[in-house]
Amino acid sequence: MALKFSDLKTTAHNDWCPGCGDFGILNAAHMALAEMNVDPSNTVVVSGVGCSGKAPHFTKTYGVHTLHGRSLPFATGIKLANPNLEVVVEGGDGDGMGIGAGHFVNSGRRNVDMLYIIHDNEVYGLTKGQAAPTMGLGMKTKSLTAPNINQGINPIMLAIASGYTWVARGYAYDVRHLKDLIIKGIRHKGFAFLDVLQPCPTYNDIQSKEYWAGEGNLDASGKPQPRTYKLEDTGYDGVVHTQDEAEMESKVQKAVLKSFEFGDHTPIGVFYQNEFIPTYEERLAGRSPSYKTNPPAAQEIARPDGTPTTNISKLLEELRVS
Amino acid sequence: MKRDDFSWMIGGAQGSGVDSSAIIFAKAAATGGLCVFGNREYYSNIKGEHSYFRVRVSKDLIRSHVDTVDMLATFEEETIFRHALEVRSEGAIIYDPDQDTKRLDQVPTIEAQVRDALNAEFIKNGLSPDVKGILELARRRGVHIYPIPYDDLLKTTGSKFGETSLSALQRMLNVMAVAASFALVSYDEELVKEAVKKQFSKKPKAAEMNAEAVGQAYKFIGEKYAGSFAHKLSPVKAEGVRLFVRGNSMVAMAKELAGCRFQTYYPITPASDESEYLEAHAEMDMDGSPTQENPQVAEVAAMKTRGSITVVQSEDEIAAVTMAIGGGLAGVRSATSTSGPGFSLMAEGMGYAGMNEVPVVVTLYSRGGPSTGLPTRHEQGDLRFALHAGHGEFPRLVLASGDLEEAFYDTVRAFNYSEKYQTVVIHLVDKALANSDATLPMLDVNKVKIDRGLFVREITDAVDGQFERFKHTPNGISPRPPVGTKGGVYWHTGDEHDELGHISEDPTNRDYMMEKRMGKIDLADKEIPLEDRVNFFGPENADITVVSWGSTKGAILDAMDWLKKDGISVNFLQVRLVNPFPTEYVTELLSKAKKIVGVEMNFSGQLIGIVRERTCIPVEQLVVKYNGRPMSSEEIYDALKMIHEGKAPKKLVLKRGA
Repeated sequence: MALKFSDLKTTAHNDWCPGCGDFGILNAAHMALAEMNVDPSNTVVVSGVGCSGKAPHFTKTYGVHTLHGRSLPFATGIKLANPNLEVVVEGGDGDGMGIGAGHFVNSGRRNVDMLYIIHDNEVYGLTKGQAAPTMGLGMKTKSLTAPNINQGINPIMLAIASGYTWVARGYAYDVRHLKDLIIKGIRHKGFAFLDVLQPCPTYNDIQSKEYWAGEGNLDASGKPQPRTYKLEDTGYDGVVHTQDEAEMESKVQKAVLKSFEFGDHTPIGVFYQNEFIPTYEERLAGRSPSYKTNPPAAQEIARPDGTPTTNISKLLEELRVS
Repeated sequence: MKRDDFSWMIGGAQGSGVDSSAIIFAKAAATGGLCVFGNREYYSNIKGEHSYFRVRVSKDLIRSHVDTVDMLATFEEETIFRHALEVRSEGAIIYDPDQDTKRLDQVPTIEAQVRDALNAEFIKNGLSPDVKGILELARRRGVHIYPIPYDDLLKTTGSKFGETSLSALQRMLNVMAVAASFALVSYDEELVKEAVKKQFSKKPKAAEMNAEAVGQAYKFIGEKYAGSFAHKLSPVKAEGVRLFVRGNSMVAMAKELAGCRFQTYYPITPASDESEYLEAHAEMDMDGSPTQENPQVAEVAAMKTRGSITVVQSEDEIAAVTMAIGGGLAGVRSATSTSGPGFSLMAEGMGYAGMNEVPVVVTLYSRGGPSTGLPTRHEQGDLRFALHAGHGEFPRLVLASGDLEEAFYDTVRAFNYSEKYQTVVIHLVDKALANSDATLPMLDVNKVKIDRGLFVREITDAVDGQFERFKHTPNGISPRPPVGTKGGVYWHTGDEHDELGHISEDPTNRDYMMEKRMGKIDLADKEIPLEDRVNFFGPENADITVVSWGSTKGAILDAMDWLKKDGISVNFLQVRLVNPFPTEYVTELLSKAKKIVGVEMNFSGQLIGIVRERTCIPVEQLVVKYNGRPMSSEEIYDALKMIHEGKAPKKLVLKRGA
């Protein structure tokens, strides 16, 4: 029986503000999961803390709403313990690039086969609009008492530098395009990172839905020009097609250069993709061959009478002195 | 008090093979049926600072180290300066006469305090501040000094193998010092050679050459010093199968046996040795054969015969604990292993496990704190923190092991408790245990039972595809299918939640959920048998009742044996499960005690505070130590004797150890 979009709705009350970009991301995610016909009981949505952290409660798969900044290590533990699960991680920009920045960087190094979606609205919504790590220097939203004193992080560049093997950006209100990106990210072999531009109608009055739609960004004829454009429409190709190191290097450089375009002309789509880097699961199987066939969650550690199935007699024999 | 065991010490710069030579010594003694207890002291340093290893051997059971040294084996000057005055009268020092003229002020790694104290001794005794001077001081105290011309003996050894490079030969210095020690006590030469060959089993040439070095040392001692040292060491017939174990592998082995299949860690002394052992032994045999009691062949035949533990070195301890909780959510027995600074970072994560009823084991190797503290030294300063780490209130079990054997079985208990009560279990061990080595009777794996509590592998009662993970039940424990179980879904959140796991701020639900979670501690209190929570040693009525926890156990027991010979009766209550605290038993026991003495390796007497809190019984007499060096049986003996004689201050601070 095919999974329907409506099957993914839950009974939990959704308390996001009207007009929140999170709705677009949630809908795109549900559309993606339905289109992929995933088994909800084999799928885990893991989140951090904040408005986006509530997303699992609105999704009828297994949901693990974790601590502020820690969604990635929680998700890593779940996925490595049971690599057969489909794991999607969601969190805010403050969650992922502020309090969780260390995990963000090191998760790239591991390349566990999961998708990480950042709801990037440049503010800390649930605590009333403080500046988040992605907000640019000098920007002053209505929620701030003074212009932002910190420089903003470039999430795409940071992801590439950290070793993510699939790096993309979407826009919360281009739901179909975002849905396609989510599907690609889930299907990618390795750790996929998806930065999603997400208007916060309550606290970020600068990067609003209207802003991204082109308000004030007029062309010569005075027509508003949307501030996002699709990479694929320009012939951009960020995919590493061969194992050639030179190709990988040039694709990385291209993607990093591209990541500097932001504001009036902001690219969305896939910046970089490389499936030639082994996943963490593959690296583990290289160390312990049985990891693949008998991963942690599959191992029967005890017999029905409670006696352990693990045989440590070889270890004990090594220690024997008489 | 007179000891009839043999206390041997070797020292040297870190990275110069002190550890491996001590292991050779210990194994040669253990193979000869003797009981061995060894412990290692070292600086937070890679190479160059002074480290030393004490090995105590006896034909009788011993469980601790002593401060006095019967024989000090050295091959460089720093060990002589630092430890010569710890050697007892009639004891021995083995040294290289080439070191005679080395001066104290030429050893940059000796701290100013140590140097000043030694210089004062030199001046007081009119001696030159060099190796000759300090050895003369030892000689005046009745110590026998044995010069060994190491270089000559090494050259003779090398000549038989065509090896002339002095630097290559000097790699055998340690073995030479070990062999000379054994030769002086007339120990079986073959056992020493065997131990050496085992140590070098992967390098046949080195094995042969080192065995020859043993022969040369025996020959030299035989010719020069035969019969000059009164203490003799002979092999004895040991009963049953015995092991020689290293502290840092005990918990690791038990984790594998207990079915732990996911371990995370961030490098930290002294905890990471355990994780490295697991990495090195990640693949393991899993036995599919049916047991006698349970011959359900078909079921067990399906079990796979190879398994592995996934060990992840994480970016920090926050990631370590949260990854381990992730493993627990996926239904895998998961653990992380750390020391004080890392444990501090785990506080919030443990609260999540408590809130979400996730089984996870945190093995806490306590060391000298606070802050970075004494990173390679011992302390029991984390008991209060283990009990309270994390904001808000959540249930946790805290168990503390007293010795290596206990640490093994307690590890299995920790996982059983974590799954039965679906929460975090903190297993306290410490630096002294991690860096001790001992002979033990064969571990009895048949004693080990795995209890996974209400862990289930299927969901049959989901409503509209949703399963109540936090379902109301009479005893507060709900069935626990892991995430990924077919038949339904549920949610987890760090927020207060309803039975499905969705966020709820409803006050009635909050009351229920708090009572559900916190009630599990009362349940554990009712269910866990007393014999798994306390040990009681000694006569029912005694002059002194010692209350302690953790690795002071061995030293207390050894001291009790000596005190008994002196006619002082002592009994000893060792608290192993600190939470839930065995209040009823401890209250009854202590209310009958004549004189209660708290013994702890921390400043404030943390357990004693908990005893007072739980039982309302004040413990007026404390014996504490916080200089980073574990308590010896000798100093506990002296302390209890002083207390018995009414000469001790209310808080007696022990100071020994180098």
